[in-house]
Amino acid sequence: MMKSINNLEEIRKIIGKHKRWDLAFMIAGIFALMIAVLTFMALFAHMLFDGMPRLSWDFFTSFPSRRPESAGILSAWVGTTLVMFVTAVSAVPLGIGSGIYLEEYAPKNLITEIIEINVTNLAGVPSIIYGLLALGLFVYQLGFGQSILAAGLALALLILPVVIVATREAIRSIPVTIREGAYALGATKWQTVSDHLLPYSSAGILTGIIIGLARAIGETAPIITIGALTFIAFLPPSPMKSEFPYISFEWLMAPFTVMPIQMFNWVSRPEEAFQLNAAAAGLVLVVMTLAMNGLAIYLRYRMRKNIKW
Amino acid sequence: MAEESHSKAAHAGKLGYSFRRNLHERLIEVFLFLSAVFSVAIMLAIIVMLVKESIIFFQHVSIWEFLTDTQWTPLFDDAHYGILPLVSGTLVSSFIALLVALPLGTIIAIYLSEFAPFTIREIAKPFLELLGGIPTVVYGYFALLFITPILQIIFPELPGFSLLSAGLVMGIMIIPYVSSMTEDAMRAVPMNLREGSYAMGATRFQTAIRVVMPAAFSGIAAAYILGISRAVGETMVVAIAAGMQPNLTWNPMEPAATITAYIVQVSLGDLPHGSIGYQTIFAAGLTLLILTLVFNVIGHIMRKRYREIY
Repeated sequence: MMKSINNLEEIRKIIGKHKRWDLAFMIAGIFALMIAVLTFMALFAHMLFDGMPRLSWDFFTSFPSRRPESAGILSAWVGTTLVMFVTAVSAVPLGIGSGIYLEEYAPKNLITEIIEINVTNLAGVPSIIYGLLALGLFVYQLGFGQSILAAGLALALLILPVVIVATREAIRSIPVTIREGAYALGATKWQTVSDHLLPYSSAGILTGIIIGLARAIGETAPIITIGALTFIAFLPPSPMKSEFPYISFEWLMAPFTVMPIQMFNWVSRPEEAFQLNAAAAGLVLVVMTLAMNGLAIYLRYRMRKNIKW
Repeated sequence: MAEESHSKAAHAGKLGYSFRRNLHERLIEVFLFLSAVFSVAIMLAIIVMLVKESIIFFQHVSIWEFLTDTQWTPLFDDAHYGILPLVSGTLVSSFIALLVALPLGTIIAIYLSEFAPFTIREIAKPFLELLGGIPTVVYGYFALLFITPILQIIFPELPGFSLLSAGLVMGIMIIPYVSSMTEDAMRAVPMNLREGSYAMGATRFQTAIRVVMPAAFSGIAAAYILGISRAVGETMVVAIAAGMQPNLTWNPMEPAATITAYIVQVSLGDLPHGSIGYQTIFAAGLTLLILTLVFNVIGHIMRKRYREIY
């Protein structure tokens, strides 16, 4: 016969024992979260402590130098801006296009399935592999050299899956009644997409683009792999010219450096003074990525609050 | 008569309009299809590029030597081409990272999904997301200049570069990926399973461990696999904090190069296009791609096979 528990004390004891497990796990959860929080705070404080004294106007307007105290990040942030421009211009239309196709146009067949599996796989490919692809394809095969164009395209390939997935999710969340309404009024598929689905999903797509670009700004490995120089004490040619046609694309082919490369270069030097520069560059980099990610999170939060279908 | 020709013209006009409209629609569809197919082209290009250069490499070096030689010194006069030292460095640093990331990530996910009050969850989730967005080069800096000195207080014999320090920081870096995917999987488990469990008198902890986690198994497995493939492919943290000397060791207290760190090291130097040194990074890259693809495929199968449908 099973031992029956009819003693109230005994039941309370059992409940109490299980509740203690609950409490113990609660504490473990908070503890684990604290490890993440503390690490972040230590990282930020360490960089702030080391890097803050180096941050000045001159730091942003000077070229890298052999003398750590007069070195700056001018060529690095200009390079980052130009590379990001190339990345955005190439990844955004492609990513949104494939997102729209997969969500609205794609028939259920083998090709669609291959594309979908492939997008998932691409997101899992290590970033340095994209660097090898860019080295073989853009730098040598297509002859772009170690240029802003090659780096921008490499990073564009890297963030393409992010943009595709964000576009798909944003379009998917629009209720089917919107599409039915548009079709009922005689709109074609593309009219439905361009007049209704894209405007309604623009905030979600923008969020994805910002997250993708924030990731691209911090990527170091693929750019090292294409062999970008680390000591660049000049700026790429200006995109503006004084004579006709006023716009020049020479800068696309110029050698360059970017923020994370500059930081990596300083970290790997033995002198401590350069490591303070690395901290300052890291601080700028972290603030940039945190601001971009924060903006994306804020946009998503607002979207969730405001849109009720 | 006049009326008829008028309606005919109108009809033809309409046809012309609808023909143009259809053409326009078709063109757009073709363009969208091409941009979707582009991602497949990228994958093919990656494979073709890595395999092409690796084939040239394997004409110089036998696959047997590549897989069994215990030294990796392709740039020395006495060149050895054994991938094992790089693989050991990759596996040791990834193992340490996963030892940190999987338990902590899982605990955080269970806590956020099953225990945490609404406000803590609303603060913690974006915070973790921000943590995941910090550039890896910054984590590398942190590992080399903050974690390593602290570890050296505990283990005085620890060298300036070590797999341990790189692995620990890499683990913390991966926590957000693991925790957010695990939490998503757990939150997708329908409420009535939990309610059933509570109705039977189970506590939150019992419900989380015995009901929710098994139900979310496929998603959790996928999160783990993603964490593994992140750790294996991570570059900057190990390149900065673990040193760049290939070293066949299983001891995390030693410096060693990973596959990714080797590629960085070669790329920093000036290697002529087409030299054997140039081809080694593609052979190393191919090894890395195969490693991560294997994990991705396992993850995909896990998700398919163990998916619970509600």
